[in-house]
Amino acid sequence: MSQTYQIVVCGSIVPDPLQSLEPITSPTGPALKNEMMLPAVLDPWAMHALFEAAHLAQSVPGSKVYLVSVAPKAKLQQVMMTVAQKVPFELIAVDGPASGFTEAAEIAPLLADAIKSIPGLDPHRLFVFGGWESASRGAGATMQIVGELLGITNQFQGVDKLTVGTDGSFEVLERIEGGKHQISKCAGPPAVLGWATGSLPEPPNNPQIGMANMRTVMPALQKAKPAKLTGEGVKFVSVALPKQQRQTKIVKDTPADEIAKEIVAWIQES
Amino acid sequence: METILFLSHADAGKPALEALAAAQELGGTLVVGLFGADVQPFANAIAGCGAARFLGVSGADFAPARYASDAAAAAALVKASQATMVIAPATARMNRILAGVAQRCGGRADTHVTGLSAAGVTRWYYRQRMEAVVQRTHRPWFIALEAGCHAPYTGAAGTAAVETVPVTLPALPTTVTGVHAPQSDQQTIRPDAKLLFVAGAGWTKKQPDGQTHVPEAAELILGFLHKTQASLGSSKSLVDLSGEGQVVLPFMSHLNQIGQTGATPRHPKGLATCCHGEEPHVVGWRFINERRAINLDANCGWARGKADVLYVADAFEVMRKVNALLG
Repeated sequence: MSQTYQIVVCGSIVPDPLQSLEPITSPTGPALKNEMMLPAVLDPWAMHALFEAAHLAQSVPGSKVYLVSVAPKAKLQQVMMTVAQKVPFELIAVDGPASGFTEAAEIAPLLADAIKSIPGLDPHRLFVFGGWESASRGAGATMQIVGELLGITNQFQGVDKLTVGTDGSFEVLERIEGGKHQISKCAGPPAVLGWATGSLPEPPNNPQIGMANMRTVMPALQKAKPAKLTGEGVKFVSVALPKQQRQTKIVKDTPADEIAKEIVAWIQES
Repeated sequence: METILFLSHADAGKPALEALAAAQELGGTLVVGLFGADVQPFANAIAGCGAARFLGVSGADFAPARYASDAAAAAALVKASQATMVIAPATARMNRILAGVAQRCGGRADTHVTGLSAAGVTRWYYRQRMEAVVQRTHRPWFIALEAGCHAPYTGAAGTAAVETVPVTLPALPTTVTGVHAPQSDQQTIRPDAKLLFVAGAGWTKKQPDGQTHVPEAAELILGFLHKTQASLGSSKSLVDLSGEGQVVLPFMSHLNQIGQTGATPRHPKGLATCCHGEEPHVVGWRFINERRAINLDANCGWARGKADVLYVADAFEVMRKVNALLG
């Protein structure tokens, strides 16, 4: 393939999905209790996007992957210790909050500006990847706004597959309702792709990749500019955990026949 | 007084009727904005909704669900309506564009909204783990309402006088070429099903005889889905097995996954089998009303307190008999 790509992955960090989360009210609005103490991971969908980006870069030699992240840099550094061992990339960090209660409309310009700062950025080679949602805000809004700010109108969300052609065109499979995929063909970059889970397994840790990445990760973290968000125009009236706790009836030492009858009766209830 | 634009593609079906009913209840001046190949039939179907204006963008260019053309049409409708609030159904097509259109129109967007009232919008954060009520002073305010969260509009049909809104399209390098759907006998995701059947990784593990029984598991699950027309969900661990190249249930993909990085579907009932996760499964089941589970662990952390009934039994044996009873 003659075409090479600049693949920019947008992704932040989220609390480890297995952690219990509790909302609190902070002077700047809602937040998570002990947020800075919670173990964090790269957002799962952004992680999928990163794996897909690395896969594409590997299959098209000369391509390069950038990871652009708005997150508290101390936490981001911890997460990078693991993520950097997975696939090769160059980090561009912005020191800002990773809270789900921040506004997509405030985060997106930070990401767009960081992307614009990449030396030699070429729109005709540019793929902007990210998760189609995050595991924090879960809005599925940031990537569209980043695309708008960069003037990119080839946008795809819920992407599970990207196939690039030798002529620079590409085909995308996007999730739509009912377990189906919409198939689109595009003449070429630039494009924004919000990834769902894709189809690639998590790569094993590779210490050599980790060491190579960390050469750029540490300086990127040191250079990370602080971002101040205002949250203007939005008011959280309440933030609460769901209270619902069910009284579970435990049925044991019961023959399978009886259980089956009970289940069938329950299914057939209107 | 707010000017409320009900914004939708013309073939959105029931979710659009739900969003329209929610928009009606907000009060204010209602305007309908539709785009698609031909908006007149749907505009006629909702002609009795009390809208002050019906705005439309029609044509072959607006038939496919494509960001560039959909966003251009939606932005033109918002500007023509001078809306201060925009209510849209959270279909895949609207979710693809809404935040981008909000950016284009100088607005703010709230997506995956599950409740809408004068007090604000209700939506979930951290993958359905906490619920917030949000208000905004910023206008226009774009809101995408999730399907199944409001009763649909059931008003009279008629003949709507649709005002055509002109749209200047940018270059369109993207072409929608089709839809890839599983064959009808392999279609396991049914959003309108009354029952969600969730299969966990236990189906692929060694059974009391020391062997795995994956083909039988597949037969039992597909047989149950065929007889009940239930929708199939999966734990992350089960779909991840297929990504790792192990021999697993052949009809299972990441599209079936529920929980942290999967879907949070809405069904009246849910039956989980061989699932042993905790919080991810609770998250995946957030919007299931009646929940029952079958697994071998009476102390299963996710089932206790989250399911209504936990059957401590061998799912293979129970489902075999369930299928026999269903005939």
